[in-house]
Amino acid sequence: MELYSMTGSQLAGLLAGGEVSPQDIMSSLSRRAAVKEEQVRAYVRFEGGLESIPPEGGVEGKSPLSGLPVSIKDNICTRSFNTECCSRILSGYKPPYDATVVSRLKKAGASIISVKTNMDEFAFGSSTENSCFGPSRNPWDRRCVPGGSSGGSAAAVAADEAIFALGSDTGGSIRQPASFCGVVGLKPTYGRVSRYGLVAFASSLDQIGPITKDVRDNAMLLNVIAGYDPKDSTSVNEPVPDYTSCLGRPVKGMRIGVPKEYMVEGIDLQVRESLLRALEEFRRLGVVCEEVSLPHTEFAVPVYYIIATAEASSNLARFDGVRYGFRAADAEGLHDMFSRTRGEGFGKEAKRRIILGTFALSHGYYDAYYLRALKVRTLIKKDFDKVFSGFDCIVTPTSPTPAFRLGEKIGDPLKMYLSDICTISVNLAGIPAISLPCGFTGKGLPVGMQIMAGHFKEETIFKLAYAYEQAVSAREKRRPEL
Amino acid sequence: MCRFFPAIVPFSLIKPLSTIMSDINDKIIEYTAKLARVKLESAELGELYPQIKGILDFIGKLEEADTGDIEPTSHILPVNNVFRADEPAQSLPMEDALSGAPRRRGRCFCVPKVIE
Repeated sequence: MELYSMTGSQLAGLLAGGEVSPQDIMSSLSRRAAVKEEQVRAYVRFEGGLESIPPEGGVEGKSPLSGLPVSIKDNICTRSFNTECCSRILSGYKPPYDATVVSRLKKAGASIISVKTNMDEFAFGSSTENSCFGPSRNPWDRRCVPGGSSGGSAAAVAADEAIFALGSDTGGSIRQPASFCGVVGLKPTYGRVSRYGLVAFASSLDQIGPITKDVRDNAMLLNVIAGYDPKDSTSVNEPVPDYTSCLGRPVKGMRIGVPKEYMVEGIDLQVRESLLRALEEFRRLGVVCEEVSLPHTEFAVPVYYIIATAEASSNLARFDGVRYGFRAADAEGLHDMFSRTRGEGFGKEAKRRIILGTFALSHGYYDAYYLRALKVRTLIKKDFDKVFSGFDCIVTPTSPTPAFRLGEKIGDPLKMYLSDICTISVNLAGIPAISLPCGFTGKGLPVGMQIMAGHFKEETIFKLAYAYEQAVSAREKRRPEL
Repeated sequence: MCRFFPAIVPFSLIKPLSTIMSDINDKIIEYTAKLARVKLESAELGELYPQIKGILDFIGKLEEADTGDIEPTSHILPVNNVFRADEPAQSLPMEDALSGAPRRRGRCFCVPKVIE
C-alpha cells in the first residue's frame, strides 16, 4: 500500500514506530499529486508537486498530527503564501499572518501544504465552478462537480492527493462536497473553531472544519483546531475533549430522529434508499430510529439567502483595491476606482450576492427581508431544540442528489441554491453536523449521510458515525478509479 | 447622503413582500449596484435583473411564516460584547500591513485624488 493512500491515523502509527519519515509521506503525496492533479485540479497554482511551508517557531508537545501533511482551502490565511479565495480581486494576496487554525497546526508539528485547495469564489457556490481558476473535477466521475464550495479540499482527499484537509462551511460547503466525493466532512458547532484568518463570508454562519478519509482522522484534526481564541470574539471558551476517545464506545440505546421534511419530493431515489439502508444498519446496532418533524425546513433556503448575502455584502465591502489584491487601472477618482475594481475583480456569483445582500439591507426593505429572515431563523432553531430534547442525533441525506454534471446548474442560480437544501438549516441553528459516505448510486457515485447533534455535541456525532463506519467498512470499501 | 447618489431614495417605506415584488425593476437593481460600488456593464445588468427577481420571488415564500411575536436571532450563541484587558499588545507591523497594497507611498496607502 502506498503511503499516500493511507489514512492519517495509519501514517501516524508508522511515524511513531519509526518506519517512515515525514519526508517519505510528503514525497509520496507529492508524486501522487503530480500524476493525478491534471485530472482532478484540486489545488490552485499547482506547479508539478506539493511542498510544505517551512516550519517556523517551535512545536509544542507531541501531537498525533506531527509530521503529517494538511491541505488548506484558499480562504484560510497562510502567512506569506497565496490566499486568494479563488477570486481575481485577491489575486496575488499573501497574508501577513496565519489563521489561528494554521498556527495551531504548525504548533502541533503538522506540515502545511503551500498550495491551496480550490473553491468557489469567496465560498459562493456548491460546485467550485465559480472559482476564477476554473472548476475541480469529481474523482469518481470527472464529468461531475466535486461539490462546493470546499470542492478542492474534498476532491484532494478523495483522490489521495491530500491526507487531511481544511474546509469552511457557511451553508454546507464542507458537508456537500464531502458527500459528493465520498469522504468525511464535519462542520463543528459555531464558536468551536476560531475563524481568525478565515476570509469572512457570512460571519454568523461561517465555521472551519476538517475533511478527511475517515471518522478517526476527522476527530484527530478537530482535536488540534478546536478551542477558544481571544482573536475571534465568537469563539467559545468551552473545554475541548479528546474527540478520538469517544470512538468505539457503544451506541446501543441512542436515539436518532429522522425528519420527514428531508425525505420528501426532490430527494433522489437512490439517495433515499441509501439512507434507509443506513438507518437499518443503525437499528442493527441497537440504535432507536424514529420519524421526527422540523416543520420550518421549507423556509431554510430563503432565510439563508437573505442572511448570508446580507452579511456577505457587508463583509466584502473591504475589497476596494486600497489595501490588498487587485486594483482596476485608469480610474477617474476614488469612487470610480472602488466601483471598477469591484466590477472587474468580483466574479458573477459574487456580484449577484453582493447586490442581493445590499438590496435586502437597504432602506425600506430591511424589515420585509432581513428582519423577517432573522425571525424565521429563530423558528428554525427552535425546531431543532425541540427534537434534541428527545433525541441524541438527527440523520438526513447530506444532499438531495449525488454529484451533478459540470455546467448542469451554473446557469440557474436558484437551482444551484436549492442543492444546499439539506445542509443550510444546520448553519442557521449553529449546530455541528458531519457527512460520511453511506453507499453508492448505480453509476458508482458516492452518497452521503448527514448526522447532526446539539451545540458542542461533536462527540455524540463522532461516536455514531464511527460505529456506522466500522459496521459497513468490510463491504463498502471502494476507491475512485483514477 | 454623499453627492454621488441622489438624496431621495427611490424606495417606498415598509411594505409587505408581495407588494415589493411587483416594485422590483432593473432601475432598482442598477441603483443597488451603485450603492454597493459595483460597476456593471449593461449586458451584466440585463442578465442579473431576471436572476435577482427570480431569487426574490422565491424568497417571498417567507411571507407564509408566522413570525408574529418571534424574537429575531442574529447570533446563535448567548455571546455579548467581548472585551479584552486594556493593556498594550503587539499589533501588525506597519510594513506587514502595507505589504499587500496595490500602491503605496512611504508609510501610506496610495489612492486616486479625492479632493478636486
